[in-house]
Amino acid sequence: MLSVRRRAVNAVMLSLTGVCTLLAVGTLLFILGYLFVHGGTSLTMNFFTKLPTPVGELGGGMANALLGSAKLLLLATCIGVPIGFLGGVYLAEFGGSSFSFVVRYTTDLLNGVPSIVIGIFAYTLIVLPQGHFSTLSGGLALGVMMIPIAIRSSEDFLRAVPVSLREGAMALGASKAKTIFTVVIPAAKAGLITGIMLNVARVAGETAPLIFTAFGNRYWSTGWEQPTASLPVMIYTYAISPYADWKQQAWSAGFVLLMLVLTINIFARMILSKRGHAAR
Amino acid sequence: MNTRPSGPVSALWQRLRSGDDIAYVITLTSALTILALTALLVFELYKNSAVPRHQFGWSFLVTSTWDPVAGQFGALPFIYGTVVTSTLALFMAIPLGLGAAIFLAELAPSRISNALTFLIELLAAVPSVIFGLLGIFVLVPALIALEPAIRSVLGWTPLFSGPFYGVSMFSAGVVLTVMIIPFIISISREVILAVPAEQRDGALALGATKWETTWDVVIPFARQGIMGSIFLALARSLGETMAVTVVIGNDPAIHASLFAPGYSIAAVIANEFAEATGDLYLGSLIELGLVLFGLTIVINGLARVLVLSTTKKGAS
Amino acid sequence: MSPMQTPGPQPASDVTMRSQTLPMQMAEENKPAGEQSKLSTKNLNFHYGAFQALHAISMQVYANRVTAFIGPSGCGKSTFLRTLNRMYETIRTARVDGEILLDTEDIFKLEVSELRRRVGMVFQRPNPFPKSIFDNIAYGPRINGSVSRSGIKDHVEQSLRRAALWDEVKDKLHDSAYGLSGGQQQRLCIARALAVNPEVLLLDEPCSSLDPIATAKIEDLIFQLKDSCTIVIVTHNMQQAARVADYTGFFLMGKLIEFDNTTVIFKNPAKKETEDYITGRFG
Repeated sequence: MLSVRRRAVNAVMLSLTGVCTLLAVGTLLFILGYLFVHGGTSLTMNFFTKLPTPVGELGGGMANALLGSAKLLLLATCIGVPIGFLGGVYLAEFGGSSFSFVVRYTTDLLNGVPSIVIGIFAYTLIVLPQGHFSTLSGGLALGVMMIPIAIRSSEDFLRAVPVSLREGAMALGASKAKTIFTVVIPAAKAGLITGIMLNVARVAGETAPLIFTAFGNRYWSTGWEQPTASLPVMIYTYAISPYADWKQQAWSAGFVLLMLVLTINIFARMILSKRGHAAR
Repeated sequence: MNTRPSGPVSALWQRLRSGDDIAYVITLTSALTILALTALLVFELYKNSAVPRHQFGWSFLVTSTWDPVAGQFGALPFIYGTVVTSTLALFMAIPLGLGAAIFLAELAPSRISNALTFLIELLAAVPSVIFGLLGIFVLVPALIALEPAIRSVLGWTPLFSGPFYGVSMFSAGVVLTVMIIPFIISISREVILAVPAEQRDGALALGATKWETTWDVVIPFARQGIMGSIFLALARSLGETMAVTVVIGNDPAIHASLFAPGYSIAAVIANEFAEATGDLYLGSLIELGLVLFGLTIVINGLARVLVLSTTKKGAS
Repeated sequence: MSPMQTPGPQPASDVTMRSQTLPMQMAEENKPAGEQSKLSTKNLNFHYGAFQALHAISMQVYANRVTAFIGPSGCGKSTFLRTLNRMYETIRTARVDGEILLDTEDIFKLEVSELRRRVGMVFQRPNPFPKSIFDNIAYGPRINGSVSRSGIKDHVEQSLRRAALWDEVKDKLHDSAYGLSGGQQQRLCIARALAVNPEVLLLDEPCSSLDPIATAKIEDLIFQLKDSCTIVIVTHNMQQAARVADYTGFFLMGKLIEFDNTTVIFKNPAKKETEDYITGRFG
């Protein structure tokens, strides 16, 4: 007969693994629930439409932070996606040499750099020479962060396009470039677009690199040379402040940010899994 | 009607029109841009930390004083805080993460496993500042309430001695645990699923229980990939900034107790960079960034090697 | 050495075994003289979900004999093998009904880990654990505590000798098992299975991934082992069954068409389907 000890160990250890899973899943549900209760329920229109008010005055919002984040993400996408996408095209379509290996290795390297160090980079490149904080430097920091993610996901989705499609086009006389741009890229369209969405969602929540590049602003920022408020930095600033109203606004903002990021993530992953890709 | 062009110039023109060379050049340029950017990054970090590097040399890494007023800068308290909080996070995240990965890969039916894994992977998408919010307003009060219980069990060790004010290295470790667990779970689950069925069958056929099979055979077979996931989680926790900043206590000193406040490299950069004045102060913060950069490169490199080699092994 | 030359089974009486076109029923009384039943099944049915893979299999495996199952791909012989030690239970949609006895005990009433210790299995492709040669063999006895710590070394040596592998690995016991050749790895898996002292050894096409020399070594091993063990082997290779087995069962489309002495099956089969398969008309 199987010893009692072995049976007991089996039962206990396997149950513990279930407990661990529950803890992990429960944490996510707790985060969602808590943010909904503390942030979602007290969300008002003011949040979306009003500027921050001086301390003590209620009714302020984060309209400038929302716009600021939008501008930063737009700039970041314009910097990160083209470079990343074309780099991915290079690796997927022209790659195979040891040069590609170096490029991939460097991409992984850049991907692993903490976001705050990227922030330092943008600071030394733009803020230092210019002598002031700016949307430009913040957008650059986020853009640099987007590049390695964009390369990796573009390359993966382009590679996933079957060779038979490429061969079919080339057999009809299409050049390599034409094949890539008229056949391969459209075939990978769903993956590429969701890849961009996930990329944006990832940097939308980044705070650290913005603290000393875009810095912050209690008013609207115009153009690209002024410091600008952004949603994550505003959350941080308000959260560590001593004012109850600000702390409440931090919760609301946190809820909005979380909803934004999670919605994009869920939507993107659902599209990918429907088409049989694994999301990265 | 049509005169066919001939000669080398027209051949070049043909090639350009087909676009292959242009496409190649454009995409190659993008690839080179990445290399250039990375090189520039390292260069800028190095150049802008010149002042403290020349002044302190290598002793910067082992000096434990951080006094901007007196112009004395040492990285040790931050290296200490970073290492301690990350180690603590790994200590808690590895058993929990591996346990969950085993459940999801070996026990749960595949539809439930996929659904739960999806949820857990969403946890990795939650922005750091959200964890910061929850850290300040939920975790710290909870830990303050739990402190007597923890102290009664572990208070005899120097690790859990001294006063506790909520913000501490322990609190930072807990937040980091939650943040890195999804990486350990997701990757470990994949490598465990990739272990061939024959390995499990071999153990079961000898009379092993399910747990014995999993622990003695499946996990060792997957151990490289699991190690890779751990290194990846470590790399993430080293660079984690916002959530750590708000709960670590921001004290640039070395304390033995986890209940004491501390400081991490990323946290001090986040807190002091915007207001740092003078080349020495700013340069020291940038040098800290260089140190962090070096640390994460090494750890990430190890992770990559380990995860890559397992996915090849399982398939062969 | 052919099965005919070992002291073994008497030619079975053919009266009861010929003529039926229905799947066989082998009653206790039809057991050849001198044979003891080690494993027996009665009306065994097997389903993968809605698909029925085995139909009312009733048969007996005799102690200390080599029994072979042959048949074309997909005929259910491996599936049947895996019911004997309840390995099919790793598949969620698998369902078994019918009776399976080990000696006289119902295997479904036994603790499954204990059943699998008594009825061991070697698989089609060698599957050594990611451990040293020594630790692979020692694994079984270590987890079931059957051998003391001080006795493990000798026990491992004994198991390796039984599997005719000792001389080849005695100087590298603590090297990884993956350093061995395919044939050696398979003998390692046999040694590993023997280390828990099973009463029955189930071999699921053990030579299908091996070269002829390695195959011959394992066939020799089977002869030596049957004195201490009952052997059941599933094989794709009819010549192998003719070489090693005392009894052979022919499966087709989930039914046991015929079961008899190997010589009868191959020289004088009762059923037309058996004869067609043996002579290569299909499969």
